[in-house]
Amino acid sequence: MSDPGFFQSALVYLTAAVISVPIAKRLGLGSVLGYLAAGVGIGPHVLGLVGGSSSSSEVMHIAESGVVVMLFLIGLELKISALWRMRGTLLGLGGSQMLACGMILGVGAWLWGIELKSALLIGFILALSSTAIVLQTLREKSLHATAGGRHAFATLLFQDIAVIPLLAILPLLASTSASAANDIHSATHLSGAMQGLAICAAIASVVLAGRWLLPFLFSYIANAGLREIFTATALLLVLAIGGLMSLVGLSPALGAFVAGVVLASSPYRHELEGDLEPFKGLLLGLFFISVGASMDLQLILKDPLGITLLLAGFVIIKGSVLAALGKLFNFAPGATPLYTLSMFQGGEFAFVLFSQATTLGILTLDQSARFNAIVALSMALTPLALLAGRNWLKPPTDSDATPHREADAIEHSSPVILAGFGRYGNYVGRLLRSQGFRPVVLETDAEHVELTRRLGFEVHYGDATRLDILHAAGAQHAKLLVIAISDEETIDLLVATARRHFPHLEIVTRATGMDHRLRLIQQGVHHVFHELAGSALDAGTQTLRLLGIPAYPAERAARKFRRWDIESARDLAPIRLQDESAYFAIIRERVANLESLFRSDPTHEGSADAKAWQPPSSPKTPPAQT
Amino acid sequence: MRRRILLLHAHPMPHRSRVNRHLVTAAESIAGITIRHLYELYPDYMIDVDAEQKLLLDHDIIVLQHPFFWYSAPALVKEWLDLVLQYGWAYGEGGTALQGKSLLQSVTTGGAAEVYCSAGRNRHTVREFLLPFEQTARLCGMTYLDPFVVHGTGQLQTEADLAPHSQAYCTLLSNLASGIDLPPSP
Repeated sequence: MSDPGFFQSALVYLTAAVISVPIAKRLGLGSVLGYLAAGVGIGPHVLGLVGGSSSSSEVMHIAESGVVVMLFLIGLELKISALWRMRGTLLGLGGSQMLACGMILGVGAWLWGIELKSALLIGFILALSSTAIVLQTLREKSLHATAGGRHAFATLLFQDIAVIPLLAILPLLASTSASAANDIHSATHLSGAMQGLAICAAIASVVLAGRWLLPFLFSYIANAGLREIFTATALLLVLAIGGLMSLVGLSPALGAFVAGVVLASSPYRHELEGDLEPFKGLLLGLFFISVGASMDLQLILKDPLGITLLLAGFVIIKGSVLAALGKLFNFAPGATPLYTLSMFQGGEFAFVLFSQATTLGILTLDQSARFNAIVALSMALTPLALLAGRNWLKPPTDSDATPHREADAIEHSSPVILAGFGRYGNYVGRLLRSQGFRPVVLETDAEHVELTRRLGFEVHYGDATRLDILHAAGAQHAKLLVIAISDEETIDLLVATARRHFPHLEIVTRATGMDHRLRLIQQGVHHVFHELAGSALDAGTQTLRLLGIPAYPAERAARKFRRWDIESARDLAPIRLQDESAYFAIIRERVANLESLFRSDPTHEGSADAKAWQPPSSPKTPPAQT
Repeated sequence: MRRRILLLHAHPMPHRSRVNRHLVTAAESIAGITIRHLYELYPDYMIDVDAEQKLLLDHDIIVLQHPFFWYSAPALVKEWLDLVLQYGWAYGEGGTALQGKSLLQSVTTGGAAEVYCSAGRNRHTVREFLLPFEQTARLCGMTYLDPFVVHGTGQLQTEADLAPHSQAYCTLLSNLASGIDLPPSP
C-alpha cells in the first residue's frame, strides 16, 4: 500500500472513469463506451498515463474478475430449473452460432490469406462475443429480459463453454516446440482425459460445496454479525471459484456462473447480490478501461483503411450470420435485430486467445495486433450500434418485452416484500401464503432463517433497511412493503428508506406502542397496526364472555373498541406532536366517553336505549320484533 | 323408532330474551335433543360449514328457533342457510343430504295473533311470512312442518304466562322424537 504507484494508478483510473462515464451516459452512449473512451484517453497512445502493455495487462487481469463477479450474480438470479428450461436455446442456438460464425469467419480469414487451420482458429475466436459488453449494455437499457436479450444470454453462456475446447486445440496447432505450448496454460500440463476428469471434479466440488458447505459457512459468518466479513466471504468465494476453474482450464466466469446457479435458491442470495453488486460495477468498469487502454491506436492510424476494411468485413459477416440465425430459429418479432446488434462484436477471450496463439507462433505479431484492434473496435461499436438501432428499427426493441415474458428466467417478482419473519411476521406470511401470495421475506436472524426455511418458507437473509437489499428483493417492482420488525428504530429507518427511495410502495407496518403508532401515522403511513392490539382485544373478549356477556355482544364490543382505537389514533396523531397538554386532555375526554359510547350499542346489556330487534319492555307492539 | 332432534337457537342477545330463553330451556328436557346456540357459536359470523353439515346428517328433525325479526329470522340464520345448504349437498345435482328430514320453525312474535291475517295490521299470516323458509325446505327435499308460533310475547311476563307455551312446545318436540307425525303443513 505504501507503493506510490498504486495510488497514482488508482487516481488515474478513477479520475478517467469519473470524468468520462457520466458524459457518455448523458450523451446517451451508455457507460460501456464511457469506460472505453476513458481507457483510450489514459492509454499509452494518448495521455500515456498508464504504461506499457505489461502493467495494463496486469490491470486487465484484475479487471477480468469483474466479468467473473458479473456471471456469478447472473447465476444467482437463475435457478437450476430456469437454466434447464433454457437448455434447448443454449445448445441449439449457442452451438449453431459458434459453428456458423466460426466456419464462415474462418473461410473469410482464409480468403484474406491466412493458412487454413489458423484461419479456422481465428474464425472461431472471432465467433465469440463479449459477455461483459453485451450483458452490461442490455441491462443498462433494460433489454436483458426481452426475447432477444434472452437469446443473447443463452448464446453467451454457450460461448463460455466453447472457450474450453478452443484453449485445448491451440497447442495442437502450434508450429513451435512443445515446450512453448506447455506454459500457455496450466491445464495443458494434463492429458486430455485427465483434464476432462479435473473439470468434472471441479464443477462437482462447486456444486456440492454450494449445496452443503456454503449455507453453513454463510450462516456462521452471518451469525458473527460482521457485515464486511460477509462481503469479504462473498468476494473470496467468487474469486476462489474463478481460481479453481482456471486451474483446471475452465473459464473462471463459467465456474462462477455455476456457483451462482447453485446458490440461487440459498437464503443468502439477496445479501450476496447486495454485497457484490458494487464490486461488479467497478471491476467491469476497470475491465472496459483496460480494453480501451490496450487499443493499439498507432496501428489504427498507420493503416486506417486496412483496419476499417477488416473491421467492416468482420462485422458484416458476423452480423449477417447472426441475423440469419434469428430467421432460422424463428425469433419473436424484434428479437432478431436486437440479437444481431448486441452480439456482433468480438469477445474479451479473443485477447487472451490471440496472445496465446502469437506465443505459439500460430499468428504473427502484426496479425494478432490487427485482430485485437478490430475486436476492441467492434466492442466500442456495440453501444453505438444499439443506440442507432433503437432509432431506426421501427418498434423500439423493448416493445417485445411484454408479450414474450413466458420463460423470463432472470425475473422474479412478488407484489409483497415482508420485512421480518419472527413471531409477528410469520403470522402475516402464513396468512398471505394461505391465499396463494408468496412474499419476498427478509430476515436478519440467520438462525431464524434456517429454521423457517426448514418449515418450507422462502426466507432470505438480509437487512431490509439496506437499500441494496431492498433493490435485490425487487422493491422497485413490488406494490407492498409489510414491516413486521420488532425494533422501533429499525421500523422507523425502514419506513424512511422505503418512502425516500420507493415512494410507490404502500407500507403496512407494525407499531410498538401508542406513541410510535401516532408518529408513523403523522409521517403519512396509512396502515399502522399496534403490535399487541389484536391479541389483547382477543383476551378482553374472552374475559367479557367469562363474565357472562353473551358471545355476540362481546364480539361487537371488541370490534367496536378496535374501531374506536384506530379512529382515536388517527384523530390524535396530528395533535400529539403539536400540543402535549391538549393531547392528554383529549385522551382523558375520550376515555371518559368510552362507556357511554358502548352503552349505545344495540346489543349492550345495560343499554336503556337499545332500539334494535327487541322492544324495551313496553308491551306495545314494537317495530322490530314483529 | 326414535328420531333425533337438532335445535338451532338463534338470538343475538340471549340476555334480553325472555320467551325464547324459556322455550329453549324447556326443550333441554327432551331426551337425546341436540341444542346449538348459533350466536354463541358464531359471534363473528364465521360459520363452520363442515360441522353444521355433519350435525344435520346426524339428525332427523331440524328445529330453527328464533324471534320473528322484521317478519323473518335474525341475520345469522340467513347466513347459516346461505353457507350450509350448499348446492350439490342440500339441493341441486347430487344434493340429497337432507332428503326425508323434517324442518320445524319455532318463532316468537311481539304482535298478537290477530294482527297476522289478511284483515290485520300485518296483512299476512305468519305462515305467509315464512314462505322463503318453507320453500327452502322443500327444495332440499325436507318436510316443512306446521311452525310453532308464540304470539304477543310482550304480554307473557310471568312464569304462569309462559308455562302453557313451554308445555305445548315440549309435547310437540317429544311427539316428534318418538315418531308421532305432525300433520305436514298443508
